[in-house]
Amino acid sequence: MYIYDKIDQQIIEDRVTQFRGQTERYLNGEIREEEFLPLRLQNGLYIQRLAPMLRICIPYGMLSSKQLRALAEVTRKYDKGYAHFTTRQNIQLNWPALENVPDILADLADVEMHAVQTSGNCIRNFTTDQFAGVAKDESIDPRPYCEIMRQWATFHPEFAFLPRKFKIAVCGSETDRAAVRFHDIGLNLIQNEQGETGFQVLVGGGLGRTPVIGSVIREFIPEKDILTYLDAILRVYNLNGDRNNKYKARIKILVRALGPEEFAKRVEAEWQHIKDGPATLTEEEIERAKGFFTEPNYQSFDADQAEQALSDQASQDKAFGRWLERNITEHRVPGYRSVTLSLKPIGVPPGDVTSSQLDSIADLADEFSFGEARSTHEQNIVLADVETARLYELWQKLKPLGFATPTLGTLLDMICCPGGDFCSLANAKSIPIAEAIQRKFDDLDYVYDLGELDLNISGCMNACGHHHIGDIGILGVDKKGEEFYQVQLGGCQSNNAQLAKVLGPAFNRDEVPDVIEKILSTFVEKRVDGESFNETYHRLGHDHFKEVVYAKDN
Amino acid sequence: MPKIIKDAAVIDDSWQMPELETTSDLPEGQVLVSLEYWNANQEDISEVADRVGLVLEPTETPDQIEGDLKAIPVIAVNFPIFADGRGFSIGRLLRERYGYEGELRAVGSPIRDQLTYLSRVGFNAFQLAEHYNPEEALASLNDFSDSYQVAVDQPVPLFRRKS
Repeated sequence: MYIYDKIDQQIIEDRVTQFRGQTERYLNGEIREEEFLPLRLQNGLYIQRLAPMLRICIPYGMLSSKQLRALAEVTRKYDKGYAHFTTRQNIQLNWPALENVPDILADLADVEMHAVQTSGNCIRNFTTDQFAGVAKDESIDPRPYCEIMRQWATFHPEFAFLPRKFKIAVCGSETDRAAVRFHDIGLNLIQNEQGETGFQVLVGGGLGRTPVIGSVIREFIPEKDILTYLDAILRVYNLNGDRNNKYKARIKILVRALGPEEFAKRVEAEWQHIKDGPATLTEEEIERAKGFFTEPNYQSFDADQAEQALSDQASQDKAFGRWLERNITEHRVPGYRSVTLSLKPIGVPPGDVTSSQLDSIADLADEFSFGEARSTHEQNIVLADVETARLYELWQKLKPLGFATPTLGTLLDMICCPGGDFCSLANAKSIPIAEAIQRKFDDLDYVYDLGELDLNISGCMNACGHHHIGDIGILGVDKKGEEFYQVQLGGCQSNNAQLAKVLGPAFNRDEVPDVIEKILSTFVEKRVDGESFNETYHRLGHDHFKEVVYAKDN
Repeated sequence: MPKIIKDAAVIDDSWQMPELETTSDLPEGQVLVSLEYWNANQEDISEVADRVGLVLEPTETPDQIEGDLKAIPVIAVNFPIFADGRGFSIGRLLRERYGYEGELRAVGSPIRDQLTYLSRVGFNAFQLAEHYNPEEALASLNDFSDSYQVAVDQPVPLFRRKS
């Protein structure tokens, strides 16, 4: 992974010093509340319902074991001994004290970490495929480009006060695991017919209050031009985005108002002025970035023998077989697999980890995966490079740590925001809904039989829990001070991206598990020939599910 | 006389920003006028060009300026609220695309903690929101020892300076 040089380190330490000064001046009353707001947000600090919340950046999800141990230490020293992985591959502390934040940031800087631009109206963390560099269906590793763009976005002087937040995702594989169609900018790394590397550029996707699927504004931008092209998009947005109404301020609204063609034209016109300028990437820089993401020291194995041993272990130990089927992903190098550590055991808020679990992940990364781990936007952890022959040994270690819940990609692998228990934006709690559903559907055979199924929960329309792109989405709403839950169906985050449709009037919290059961029973009853939930939903139609759910009980 | 920061020093500011109808006569002394006034009174202004500058609002871009932009002694860009970031792009366009080399001033309510970014995109003069002491604020001009991107203060990106 990327390693800071002296200048990178100096810049991040300068930032800590800057924020220390700002915090002191704020606490002395020298900075007004509204002026301190964007300063603290661009250092990851929210003021929450119960306490401040600090969102720490994990650039495109990559973590070293050293960083994991530092995170564990930070949660022990400054917080209550746990943290929360977010749907943007970052990690949040729920209970830091404002006056400690500069010290936390200083501790993080020691391990090349920070909370820069994890919040506020600026360019946020770049997200990508959690299997970058190891996926079988990958054509180009997105991580070197993510790092180049991370540096470009870090303290970009022109774009620190945008109309609204700005999120960019990058994908280099056939299957989209980064939800690029639902970002302000989505970048697909591709090769053109001449074999040159570049990006297909999508703009104006997003969730939140007005969910939109992004539009392609350029089929191919050569890799060397990506930074100037991003500058052009951001400049058009910065000058023309809505500044009066925060609900109309995201780039998706501008793209929709102008139309994608007109927006693309304006970007092209702007780009003509700056293309081939000094921000054009050099081959040396692209090679330098790639040099940080070279292959680890893979060993060669007798792959057939390892596969045979694995299938023997799976048939002897059913529980292991289940885990193998659900939580393991194929690797492009024979003899290796990627393992997803589930952060979704029953009774724990999805994505939460304790400090000792963070230490354990670090130990496991060192022992099994070249000292690296990745966070995923589904709020789990990936060990990307595990020897096939050691999967059984790893699984036995994961079980007592609570990481072996064999439910990846199923109903029980829910995406869930912190909700009303923590977040001051939330209209309703989301964690208790997740737990009630997990408890109701605790029969694993039933859950497996449902197949791949995304259930996503957000506590408000800001959609941190991605409820628009789940097969089943649940949205917390407030009706005259009471918490209700709207149910949506038919969303999809991947290649054939779709937005979920609202089923009908919202439900009480207590009703939600039964509603989910009615939906699932309908699916199980009516599906044909191994259909997925999404396929059955589209075949039967939205109204069919609506009728079943809202039918009067006789 | 009010104080502003210019070229990393605190100085007395002698430029006025009177409210003018487009048909009003130019007042005496050094004045900053609106784009509308500027474009409507090019002939009169050209006679006293060294004492008339221009204030751009966030919706006004350099392409709308009539006459020889490079000869304008002061161009101010208004930040009606500090979080309105359009001025950052306007400043950069003036310097990089239109070759403006005169005084580029951030006015309205920019705050001390924006000084680094404002100077990076080409501003060399700052009239901060009233509750900031300009002497103390000078310290915030140099919050960073280096930067990654191309901007007006550093036309070569860090990656081209490495190696």
